[in-house]
Amino acid sequence: MALASVLGRESAFFNNNKQSSLGVNLDLHVSEPQDFFVRNAASADVFSGPEEKIEFLHGTTTLAFKFQHGVIVAVDSRATAGSYIASQTVKKVIEINPYLLGTMAGGAADCSFWERLLARQCRIYELRNKERISVAAASKLLANMVYQYKGMGLSMGTMVCGWDKRGPGLYYVDSEGNRVCGDSFSVGSGSVYAYGVLDRGRREDLSVEEACELGRRAIYQATYRDAYSGGVVNLYHVKSDGWVCVSQDDVADLHRKYLDEPK
Amino acid sequence: MNKDSHSETCLLQFRYPIFTVLALAGDDFAIVASDTRLSEGYSIHSRESPKCYKLTDTTVIGCSGFHGDCLTLTKIIDARLKMYKHANNKTMTSGAIAAMLSTILYSRRFFPYYVYNIIGGLDEEGKGAVYSFDPVGSYQRDQYKAGGSASAMLQPLLDNQIGFKNMENVQQVPLTKEKAIQLVKDVFISAAERDVYTGDALKICIVTKDGITEETIPLRKD
Repeated sequence: MALASVLGRESAFFNNNKQSSLGVNLDLHVSEPQDFFVRNAASADVFSGPEEKIEFLHGTTTLAFKFQHGVIVAVDSRATAGSYIASQTVKKVIEINPYLLGTMAGGAADCSFWERLLARQCRIYELRNKERISVAAASKLLANMVYQYKGMGLSMGTMVCGWDKRGPGLYYVDSEGNRVCGDSFSVGSGSVYAYGVLDRGRREDLSVEEACELGRRAIYQATYRDAYSGGVVNLYHVKSDGWVCVSQDDVADLHRKYLDEPK
Repeated sequence: MNKDSHSETCLLQFRYPIFTVLALAGDDFAIVASDTRLSEGYSIHSRESPKCYKLTDTTVIGCSGFHGDCLTLTKIIDARLKMYKHANNKTMTSGAIAAMLSTILYSRRFFPYYVYNIIGGLDEEGKGAVYSFDPVGSYQRDQYKAGGSASAMLQPLLDNQIGFKNMENVQQVPLTKEKAIQLVKDVFISAAERDVYTGDALKICIVTKDGITEETIPLRKD
């Protein structure tokens, strides 16, 4: 289901020319990702040559892991455009429907657009089949959608989390075409730091409270060491009857809290 | 795989966003402000070119970036608003305009509109809303946002004065319309001091349930 079929009807191009498969009426043959050359905000020199690309929003830490009571999803909330922090309040967990969550890592627009499209496809599936879509099927839909654009410069690393007939489900899908099932994943520039904390503390028999604290701690440690992660830790818990947003903690407050804790 | 030389020459002519746009939301109002200087390189093309465009009675958009794309994008949005009005017999709400703009921008994912948009308006409940975008359509609702050439200078000031960030023992009073307008004026006067592309005049659009009012304040002309 290409960009064209979704946006073709709704696109703002009113002419009747046959459109290319991208839904963009270009005479150019777009065969590889375009680099857009513009000057950096911080550069004082007005006429520097074409070196940098348009800065889209990147950089993050997200994680998710399964345990006996479901799936915990924890994310930071910083969005950067180059070295400028564009926002500290980005919502990186996308609520696809009341029992499926998707995370955002990589290009913000890519993630939010394709996951919004995924929400639409999941709803259509529900209406056609009178039952909820499974996590495996939802992640497969997403993977197939972005695979058509492989090599064109999409940047998306997302985890599809939910609870279906087979129990808690967790899949990692990215714009390279990977789709893997697993028990725990961490994605983004700060993932290396989060993995350290996550792997150390993860057990199958965690209680809900312990699991939430593990997710929170892992993201906090990642924001501590990764310059491109920060802001607020958003924590979600996916249970058998849907997801709940557990907490939103500012990283500065968490820092003070952990500093006071006895070692 | 060849890079098309035609498209490369087009892209090289893009210039950096060279004006400043700011929007902030209060409990029952929203403000969108921009300077009116249009410059390119070392020259000033116009001193009277405001960047805020009225979309509906409750929504104003400010676009910073490549001026050609700003103009085209606002024409496209106007057309889509009319289409929606004819099809659904009601005006689009600010939230709906924001979602629509996101898909319009993403439809050009591989040859983007080089525009940083900020929408200011009232939501369905009459509360102020600000939506800020990146060039390919990622958006979120904020309380305040600065975009364009002086954004890196203005955003921290807004964080401190409106968001009360990095302040201790401060009373978080909600923003009144008069205080907000004064803050916007102060902020742009400061930006005009330190950013070459900001100046000439400041145009403020104030969106309330009674409609949209405009104010123009002179800034440094040098």
